[in-house]
Amino acid sequence: MRDLIRRILDWVDHRTGFETAVKNFLYEDIPASSGWHQVFGSVALFLFFVQAFTGVLLAFNYAPQPGDAYHSLQYIVNQITGGRLIRGLHHWGSSLMVVVVGLHMIQVALWGAYKKPREATWILGVLLLLLVLAFGLTGYLLPWDNRAYWATVVTIQIAGLAPLFGEYLVEFLGGTEGVGVSTFTRFYTLHVLMLPALTVLVMMLHIHLVRKHGVTPSPRAIGKPKKKFYPGQAFKDLMAFFAVFILLFVLAATVDVPLERLADPSDSTYVPRPEWYFLFLFQMLKFFEGRWEVVGAVILPTLAVLALLAVPFLDRAKVKRIQQRTLAFAVVGVVLAGWLALTVAADLTTPEPVASARETSPGAADWRLLTPVELAGRAYFRREKCADCHNLAEGEPKMGPTLATVSQRKPTEWLMAHFGNPSEAVPGSPRPATTLSDEDLNGLAAFVLKLTPTNAAALEAVPPYAMRAAVIYQESQCGACHVVNGSGEESGPPLNGVGQRRTAEWLEEHFRDPQKFDPQSVMPPYDFPTGDMKAMVAYMQALPPELQ
Amino acid sequence: MGKDPQSSSRRTFYQRMIYGVSSLIAASLTVPAVGYLFPSRRKGNAGKGWTDAGDVSALPLNEPRELAFQRKRVDGWKTSTERATAWVVRTDRELIAFSPRCTHLGCGYHWETDNDRFVCPCHTSGFSITGEVLEGPAPRPLDRFETRTEGNRLWLGRVRTIPENGGQ
Repeated sequence: MRDLIRRILDWVDHRTGFETAVKNFLYEDIPASSGWHQVFGSVALFLFFVQAFTGVLLAFNYAPQPGDAYHSLQYIVNQITGGRLIRGLHHWGSSLMVVVVGLHMIQVALWGAYKKPREATWILGVLLLLLVLAFGLTGYLLPWDNRAYWATVVTIQIAGLAPLFGEYLVEFLGGTEGVGVSTFTRFYTLHVLMLPALTVLVMMLHIHLVRKHGVTPSPRAIGKPKKKFYPGQAFKDLMAFFAVFILLFVLAATVDVPLERLADPSDSTYVPRPEWYFLFLFQMLKFFEGRWEVVGAVILPTLAVLALLAVPFLDRAKVKRIQQRTLAFAVVGVVLAGWLALTVAADLTTPEPVASARETSPGAADWRLLTPVELAGRAYFRREKCADCHNLAEGEPKMGPTLATVSQRKPTEWLMAHFGNPSEAVPGSPRPATTLSDEDLNGLAAFVLKLTPTNAAALEAVPPYAMRAAVIYQESQCGACHVVNGSGEESGPPLNGVGQRRTAEWLEEHFRDPQKFDPQSVMPPYDFPTGDMKAMVAYMQALPPELQ
Repeated sequence: MGKDPQSSSRRTFYQRMIYGVSSLIAASLTVPAVGYLFPSRRKGNAGKGWTDAGDVSALPLNEPRELAFQRKRVDGWKTSTERATAWVVRTDRELIAFSPRCTHLGCGYHWETDNDRFVCPCHTSGFSITGEVLEGPAPRPLDRFETRTEGNRLWLGRVRTIPENGGQ
């Protein structure tokens, strides 16, 4: 058996050279000084494979279109086995990639591993850093939630600031008409086709050069007998993969990646923030006003990249032991401190989301304080099965946005349009058109507008009798003569407190025959069926006494 | 390599760890991936609902008609309303609603009054008015919708397959 396998392997190796190539790769000579500090490059490669793997998986269930993108991602996260985990791995993997690439660069910088003849390796490495950042920038738009949308609006604006070619850059990114389908498609294509291909190419060149020049030895290791990559260093690399992988897995499994509500270009209260590794750039923009803006947005970042590229040519001193590279430590330290200061400043100055201008009355946490119109809206909410897609308060995530947080920022006209033709107001919305009359829709809108994060849970728990009664109240147009909670005409007596003034029997009898109690009454008789009558009487009794 | 026993045992340890850890990483990525690509649908409501296929009071006896109706379809992240059809026959014994797809390879078939049979244009399978295979490669009788009537309206449930020999 063993013999047969050997013969098959030999046959394959003879024709493809595969086994020899693998052996060459594994038994590469590395300097005696190699160790744990040289694992970061391999870890970055490992993370690249994780990103490619999870990215392809996401693409299997992802619709690359604005609107649909959001819904398909919701489907991935909420419906598909392991979908939340896979998205988490991809999301946190990108952050870890930035961290690992940063550590890799710092290690190379501290040890001076970019020195002759490894300048080209360093330059390709800087290119790879830029590619990683480009991945982050383009991938940020793909969930098509509010965060994605608004961050990309800012990105496109910044791209437009670039002197000479800003206009072309914006056109290339599909942002001429603002962030929309063109932008989305361009970003998607960059993210899943162009950047991966480019990255693989540059990565191969980078690795080729690493092998061509060999791993950088420390000065003391020169002349000492070399080690083999396998299994000692391979073991160290793999342990580093494992550590990073465990961290990644735990993050993906325990920290939910936010999927905010569907991108809403009309939302003026949204506070867009870039991903954490771009916060320093974001913060820098605050220091440059007016015509100087281009300095912070374009010129300084460009200079920084050029400086990075020039590092091997600026530092041409002889190779020294790491302990003697004080200047390198100082420079890396200053850069890191600057980066950290800007990032922390950006984080500290992030304002809380702007509270809605349309605050609801503080007492509205109780359904008894809703007007009949609003309460009927709650009934329509149930009847139209709005809860199939929307949560009132926070809860198990659903397809549509949670209404307590979204409704405060929408004008009535928008809501009405959304009820009537959802896909017009929100591109890609799967909600079927409603059959409610305009009047009923008004009630629904009135109710939705009443929702706040604090009262949503209370308003979700409206008892069925109250909803039933409110609909009857609306249909019977009681509000044409009566006031409830400040809403309605005053020609008849106000109904707040009527439950304290009258008994249930009186109320029921009065509905059936008002003139029996007051011959002058102009109220028509309402001979409701038993169930309706019970609901109406209970509703009347539940109404709070006169409002102050 | 590995001449002294200590370095040899360290080498073995490295190799075992390398194999073990890489298998572990590969497994923790592959297992979710398999679940992801072949999901057991959570609370799938496919075929659970009933669809109103329309008024069947005017349906003549023993004359198949293709009824068109709207039905809700949940496809991945999208719920849409689509046009669907069913071939409906009123026999003296029952009201049958056939799925409009040939049981051979899923082509749409039609009723040929002259030949008194359903004929599939793809591979010329023929079915009787009650769906039995008369000719051609179709492996089983026409599939039927579950049906119920409310007043004059026909409601269709999920499609049931009738096996070749066990059909009643």
